[in-house]
Amino acid sequence: MTQVPNDLKYTQNHEWVRLEGDGQVTIGVTDHAQESLGDLVFVEPPEAGAIVRAEEACAVVESVKAASDVYTPVSGEVVEINETLADSPELINTDPYGEGWIMRIQLADASELDTLLDAAAYQELIADEG
Amino acid sequence: MSQKTPLYDQHVAAGARMVDFAGWAMPLHYGSQLAEHERVRTGCGLFDVSHMLVTDLPAAARGMLRTLLANDVAKLDERPGHALYSCLLNPQGGVIDDLIVYHREEGGYRIVSNAATRETVAEQLSVAAARAGIACQVRDDLALIAVQGPQAVGLLERCYGDAAAPLLALKPFGCHQLGALFCGRTGYTGEDGFEIALPAEQASELWQRLQELGAAPCGLGARDSLRLEAGLNLNGNEMDETISPLEAGLGWTVAWEPSERDFTGRAALEQQRAQGLACRLVGLVLDGRAPARAGYLVQTEAGDGVVTSGGYAPTLGGPIALARIPRQADEETCQVVIRGRPVSARIVRPPFVRHGRVRV
Repeated sequence: MTQVPNDLKYTQNHEWVRLEGDGQVTIGVTDHAQESLGDLVFVEPPEAGAIVRAEEACAVVESVKAASDVYTPVSGEVVEINETLADSPELINTDPYGEGWIMRIQLADASELDTLLDAAAYQELIADEG
Repeated sequence: MSQKTPLYDQHVAAGARMVDFAGWAMPLHYGSQLAEHERVRTGCGLFDVSHMLVTDLPAAARGMLRTLLANDVAKLDERPGHALYSCLLNPQGGVIDDLIVYHREEGGYRIVSNAATRETVAEQLSVAAARAGIACQVRDDLALIAVQGPQAVGLLERCYGDAAAPLLALKPFGCHQLGALFCGRTGYTGEDGFEIALPAEQASELWQRLQELGAAPCGLGARDSLRLEAGLNLNGNEMDETISPLEAGLGWTVAWEPSERDFTGRAALEQQRAQGLACRLVGLVLDGRAPARAGYLVQTEAGDGVVTSGGYAPTLGGPIALARIPRQADEETCQVVIRGRPVSARIVRPPFVRHGRVRV
């Protein structure tokens, strides 16, 4: 069964966002996304310190079959990336909401969070996709 | 609405991720493509390839096939029970499809060709057959199961007991009819194995039985990563109707002798050969971990080329690719442009992996 934790926010592009409460958010791809992608073999995160804008493709995850962009739903500075993914991209398959996180961003504009989906809305979105 | 193979219900029941492939609902994987790939390299995997086109032609089709195919079925005259790999070309020398033609022991030919080109090839064969006044039978009543991997032999032995002896004795590209089963020692993985055509209504039983004996069902995902490691071409990637077999590393499948055999595309290939080829197909082993994908730019000192297939090679643990590069490029490395950044790659001669071992 696809996991959609209640304490996270979501995007239409199947990223999840965790509010860390210190003006920072952690971003990854959802369980539904990793299931669709299949076995992941490569992750290209943004560089720490990079300034990113909402809706921008700033990371790439590649499964055995194809490459997919990861979009940041919020603007800000990338303060940390998950370096373990370089050697263990499969963490996104095995623990998409935990050890498979991709990047942490210092929010530039907290109001951008208002556009995100809650768990119920995201659940509905993936149900519609079949 | 996708077409379904006789094994569709088996795939769905096994929880396969189903995708549309050339109008067919096919399994992409059953949980993990990497695990399936590994099973074929070290054990045994099963593939449903019933979406491929199976066409039967009588012995009288010999002349027609000698005109139609770039390889020469006359090579099989003295060898009933053997198969030949060939391209079917257009008059410009471009590849319409690649296929396997079996010369059956009981006489006649069986052709297995790709699903994506099903209509074009069926049309070509039926038109040529009608012109020659011979029968051409599309065998939609058959299912096709590939049993691949170093343990394929042992598995068939356990499945059929002593009756399997003639199958186990088959050499590569040999074929044999065993009761309702038509079995060829062929495959698309770089491993030993068999491809079995059997009545559709018997397919589920064999599929289940082989799993009980230890084979893993494998999807199109593993099929693609296995064939890429094996350095085997995929029609639509390494070749198409604008690419000749000579440019796709398939020159060895073109039978030039006898010179009077005038097969479709021959004049164009001869002209190409006389003028010299502009490009050739090579293997690439990339630095780093980022996979190259079909269509990515390749830079060499002799000019630009293109990746025709690329991805992560599970057996090598890194990215590999097939690429078409300028014929003159004779350096040992080149650059593949991945998202705007050049990545160094070693130019190698495929296969990358054969019989479980890395060759590059």
